[in-house]
Amino acid sequence: MTQQGLESDGVLECRDVAGDARPEVLVEIRGLCFRRGERVIFEDLDLDIRRGTVTAVMGPSGTGKTTLLKLITGQLHPDAGTIRVDGQDVTRLDSAELYRLRRRMGMLFQSGALLTDLSVFDNVAYPLREHTNLSASMVRKLVLLKLEAVGLRGARDLMPSQLSGGMARRVALARAIALDPMMILYDEPFTGQDPISMGMLMALIRQLNDASGLTSILVSHDVRETASIADYLYVIFEGRVVAQGTPDELAADRSEWVRQFMDGLPDGPVHFHYPAPDLADDLLLRGDR
Amino acid sequence: MAKRRNVELTVGTFVALGLVALFFLAMQVSNLSLSASSEGYLVQARFANVGSLKVRAPVTMAGVRIGRVESVRFDKQTYEAVVSMRIDAAVDSIPDDTFANIFTSGLLGEQYIGLEAGGSPESLRDGDEIVNTQSALVLEQMIGQFLFKKAGESG
Amino acid sequence: MLDPLVRLGRGVLDALERLGRGHLLLLAILLGLGEVLRRPRLLWEQLFNIGVLSLLIVGVSGLFVGMVLALQGYYVLSQFGAAESLGVMVAASLVRELGPVVTALLVAGRAGSALTAEIGLMKATEQLSGLEMMAVDPVRRILVPRFVGGVLSMPLLAAIFSAVGVLGGYFVGVGLLGVDEGAYWSQMQAKIDFDEDLVNGVIKSLAFGVVVTWIALFQGYDTVPTSEGVSRSTTRAVVHAALVVLGLDFVLTALMFGD
Repeated sequence: MTQQGLESDGVLECRDVAGDARPEVLVEIRGLCFRRGERVIFEDLDLDIRRGTVTAVMGPSGTGKTTLLKLITGQLHPDAGTIRVDGQDVTRLDSAELYRLRRRMGMLFQSGALLTDLSVFDNVAYPLREHTNLSASMVRKLVLLKLEAVGLRGARDLMPSQLSGGMARRVALARAIALDPMMILYDEPFTGQDPISMGMLMALIRQLNDASGLTSILVSHDVRETASIADYLYVIFEGRVVAQGTPDELAADRSEWVRQFMDGLPDGPVHFHYPAPDLADDLLLRGDR
Repeated sequence: MAKRRNVELTVGTFVALGLVALFFLAMQVSNLSLSASSEGYLVQARFANVGSLKVRAPVTMAGVRIGRVESVRFDKQTYEAVVSMRIDAAVDSIPDDTFANIFTSGLLGEQYIGLEAGGSPESLRDGDEIVNTQSALVLEQMIGQFLFKKAGESG
Repeated sequence: MLDPLVRLGRGVLDALERLGRGHLLLLAILLGLGEVLRRPRLLWEQLFNIGVLSLLIVGVSGLFVGMVLALQGYYVLSQFGAAESLGVMVAASLVRELGPVVTALLVAGRAGSALTAEIGLMKATEQLSGLEMMAVDPVRRILVPRFVGGVLSMPLLAAIFSAVGVLGGYFVGVGLLGVDEGAYWSQMQAKIDFDEDLVNGVIKSLAFGVVVTWIALFQGYDTVPTSEGVSRSTTRAVVHAALVVLGLDFVLTALMFGD
């Protein structure tokens, strides 16, 4: 399985949809610890992502969801623990091996991260021109197919600055799937989207996952949208997984914490007030601030 | 496509302009055009004192530059300064009894070597030595001699 | 009570760490220089962005600096009856010092700040991470062509600055002030040495090119990825580049013309 992973450099790799001998878990995280300065982001985190599923990682802002994606893709190094992607330990790879692995991953950034000086067409063509020796006409056909998949074939000549936020994300998605990756990571795909483009993105994520046998990892704090398309949910808080399960299981979970997060209650285990001395005492104190 | 052509065109112009500027500096501003340094022939001369004569100082004859000082070194046997100068190849008929003086251009100017032609029928050749030399005038010495003479007259 | 000492220590450690990161980045850039040969088109674009776009300001500044040098120089030299040496004075100041140094300062302000802002924004908008995720090394693809473009542009711009300056000095000195035309050029040619002055000037501006582009790229690459962080890095790039250029100029001058 690892062998197959190492050898398949090209784009036109045959994806076996049957998933015969390959283990079911594509990403396996064990005992992950990560600190930023004094702040602990993850402490002994365990997480599994199964092949062919849409798995969502949710949590309040600032719990390091984006950091988790960067750790999985090897852009950051953990302080301890292992992260296995398709059998390879990401934390042990040198940069050449890491780049080879990344060709089989796509990532959709919050901002889209399109190259601003290239047109939509050239942005999607970029990874193809970079990593394959396909002829110009072949590149053109592939790019148009990918753009068609996200519904933006007509926008191929626009520059990124002319796109709306939702369109930019869809172009970025077309670029992320240009090399037919084995998995896609989505970083807050729904943030700041109007309901229509939100609906489009949700449909796209689900469609792409099912139609081409992808594995999708989705990081978000938009509970309703995420729960409606994900197969499996993880909720992390203060560096640990506090709840996991299918959307139905989490909906039935009675723990105070899960309820507050899933239902968006203003007060609960996470307090509305930032820790402070008693209000009456504070008002009576003399001082400038 | 048109845009890319424009980029290439302006970059080409820019690089050409820069090279032209460098060429201009080399030929018009610096001495590169003057110093065909390996041409010409070498002549030596010994001086008791060269003052502040520098390498590359001009060698002139009748006020016209005909060569440059190639090196100045000290001869520890004779305690003299040995100056070797490169004379332009075109000037090939300098008599071998020519006089070599060290002059100063203006009161504070640079020092240079002035050659005064002698009357010998033989010409200087590569590696020859000019025997008749006069050292640089050192200002302090001149003032000292002047004061000494004045004191002698009045005393 | 030890607070100031602690703060001092932290400041020094931070600065050293940043210096280390800067050198690692330079090393990565130098190791990736081959990229330029593989994709020369990227270099053309950067020669355009850095060289061509700085051309106007460098040329105009050179002209005025040369003209001012001639005016001021004439005033001083004519008091010693040495107005014929005006050409030497203008050319020597330009070729040895002002050409490389002022060009480096102008490029730091014009192109260096633009480089920092561009790279910083690419970082803030996750374009650099995006490239990494596409398995493209942003150092080789983005930084190396800009570095080479900056290093190559600098001596060309400095030469243009000096040449235009010498001509500006000619217009003022010979045209307006009546210095003898022959003396202007011949004195210049007699005293300005090709190896000693011109080649050293080119070496200087190459060194400034390395320093200015390196600082600009590092500040952009190392920026805090927010709009505030990018604006602070841009300022810092210009200030640091200017200070380092002036300091380095002293060192190089002492080494080259010391004896």
